[in-house]
Amino acid sequence: MKYIDEFRDGQLARHIAASIVAEASPARGYALMEFCGGHTHAISRYGIEDLLPANVRMIHGPGCPVCVLPIGRVDNAISIAQQPGVILCTYGDLLRVPGSKRLSLLKAKAAGADVRMVYSAGDSLTIARDNPDRQVVFFAIGFETTTPPTALVIKQARALGLTNFSVFCNHVLTPAAITNILESPEVRELGTVPLDGFIGPAHVSTVIGSQPYEYFAEEYQKPVVIAGFEPLDVLQAILMLVRQLNEGRFEVENEFSRAVTRDGNRKAQAVVAEVFELRRVFEWRGLGMVPYSALCIKEAFADWDAERRFAVETVSVPDIKACECGTILRGLKKPVDCRLFGTVCTPESPMGSCMVSAEGACAAYWTYGRFRQSSQTPTKASS
Amino acid sequence: MTLQRKGPSIDFVHGRVDLTHGGGGRAMAQLVEELFVAAFDNDMLRQRNDQASFTVEAGRMVMTTDGYVISPMFFPGGDIGSLAVHGTVNDVAMAGAVPIALSASFILEEGLLLADLQRIVRSMAEASREAGVPIVTGDTKVVEKGKGDGVFISTTGIGRVPVGLDISGDKARPGDVILISGTMGDHGVAVMSQRESLGFETTLLSDSAALHGLVAAMVAAVPSIHCLRDPTRGGLATTLNELATQSGVGMMIREDAIPVRAEVRGACELLGLDPLYVANEGKLIAIVPAEEAERLLAVMRAHPLGADAAIIGRVVADDHHFVQMETSFGGNRVVDWLAGEQLPRIC
Repeated sequence: MKYIDEFRDGQLARHIAASIVAEASPARGYALMEFCGGHTHAISRYGIEDLLPANVRMIHGPGCPVCVLPIGRVDNAISIAQQPGVILCTYGDLLRVPGSKRLSLLKAKAAGADVRMVYSAGDSLTIARDNPDRQVVFFAIGFETTTPPTALVIKQARALGLTNFSVFCNHVLTPAAITNILESPEVRELGTVPLDGFIGPAHVSTVIGSQPYEYFAEEYQKPVVIAGFEPLDVLQAILMLVRQLNEGRFEVENEFSRAVTRDGNRKAQAVVAEVFELRRVFEWRGLGMVPYSALCIKEAFADWDAERRFAVETVSVPDIKACECGTILRGLKKPVDCRLFGTVCTPESPMGSCMVSAEGACAAYWTYGRFRQSSQTPTKASS
Repeated sequence: MTLQRKGPSIDFVHGRVDLTHGGGGRAMAQLVEELFVAAFDNDMLRQRNDQASFTVEAGRMVMTTDGYVISPMFFPGGDIGSLAVHGTVNDVAMAGAVPIALSASFILEEGLLLADLQRIVRSMAEASREAGVPIVTGDTKVVEKGKGDGVFISTTGIGRVPVGLDISGDKARPGDVILISGTMGDHGVAVMSQRESLGFETTLLSDSAALHGLVAAMVAAVPSIHCLRDPTRGGLATTLNELATQSGVGMMIREDAIPVRAEVRGACELLGLDPLYVANEGKLIAIVPAEEAERLLAVMRAHPLGADAAIIGRVVADDHHFVQMETSFGGNRVVDWLAGEQLPRIC
């Protein structure tokens, strides 16, 4: 596949990996957080950690929108879906996310709720047009990447005068979450968690640009390298971070220059600004209440806001006690440090959010990385 | 029982299945006679009893059953009818067995176009004739509109295992070599391309095919084959995990040895799928002692259904029963069981 294979070239990977090994100083460690689930997935799927020296360690950040969605909001979506006459549309990953009382949208669907998996926000608008006698709700989640399409369908619904369509908005903001991690006492004050630099988001940055990261690179003195989601992008970004750290720099660099500019996509930003405004505070699973970290629908578009239409009240529901999703999302622990990991919490029956989505740190570890924990690692295939 | 037909023939152009077609009366008898018996015609079916009667040679028999609910009913390279023959023939063949006969049970939804039903039944008859495995007994039921989705088909197959073969999913041993008969993921992607909601087109065809001819050539040349299995739902990844667990071993495969068509890779990129988890309906996995691997590969490649066959890895000792893969990129990963449902109603 053109423009894909070039970024998965094993030969080139070995060259970059050799540079990382050569340039990483054995005298220090490099704790690098990839914020995005897309990067976590690439690291696991292509076995990138096998190519890194022991002192370059990847910490999997909270950039998986499914993982950070709080239980209370899942409960809200389930209760909307259970109302008579409602069709609830959402992305496939969300169907299995456990809410409280062991319910999920998938289980609600089995019990009779009309829950439909869509591939885009636009699909849910089509369903609304095809079902004028039903209330169609799009359960919207995601970072800045998926926000503009949601804004567009709300504008389209208004233009079409659709009265049976609304959006349950759960869009969240990347820079706020990164700041929250850097502000956490473990990272900022105690210094118990080394966090030396960030691999910056790929698709999110195509929308918001590289400029928003400049503040915290400067303020917290942590280098950021924005990288694409292909494995060579990730390796190259790791090399660039190692170099910045070696040279004592803390700049925002852009490895993903084929798609990301400093200013981002102004048109997309304008559409988002027209439809959405900042929430004063929003709960993130794992991070808790994070100020100004999410969006809600503006008053001007209130008719298409499911929170208003269905009078949604969100209650904060705590995670299962032993679940370590919160500490894992902040890089304090690894998935294998959790007592539930692989025992009662598996991708088939996830207890915590990190095990649900393929981009979640626990699911990625479970699916791709468990052999590192096994005492006996089989020998390589020689045939 | 011979039908004394009165009144006009069934209108296969404009007609639809209605509840009388499953009611046990004349309409049902007419449908059975004019459609199913006419299409599947063979000596055993012509006995017109509630059961097919036939003699079998002494020896070890195998039996399998499978339900087909695929949506859409018609897809590039096949339909639910041909799939219901191929899928069950293949399950028989994965014991190294020679398929003898099939049964077919139809659940029809009220309102199904008789033209569609006729197309499905004729396709099934053609697949059965091509495979040389007759459909010898059957059943038809009709459910009310909204209680089914057009047509569901169950087929059962029996087969005879040639003397000297002992092929089973628990026989993989460390050191054995793993082969596959061709490209992975064709069926799943061909079916996905027909789903209205996805809006993408492909020239790709399903690989749906009966594999017992390929298997016969393989076991004739290498009777010491340890395991055979067709990687259908859940794809190569899930099937290898089944075999690893059943045999109590681990597996180590190489990503760059696994043939995947460019169209399948492209579609999987777009849809966020992994070709290793996408269904196949005309491919098999073979596990053999290492010393037989190259010879088996040559036999497979000499058969039209094994032209793209490849050695993809080895069985290893591993108490965790992990299937691991050396990625083309140079790292290692665990290739796990499929969690949840990647593509619903794919077969």
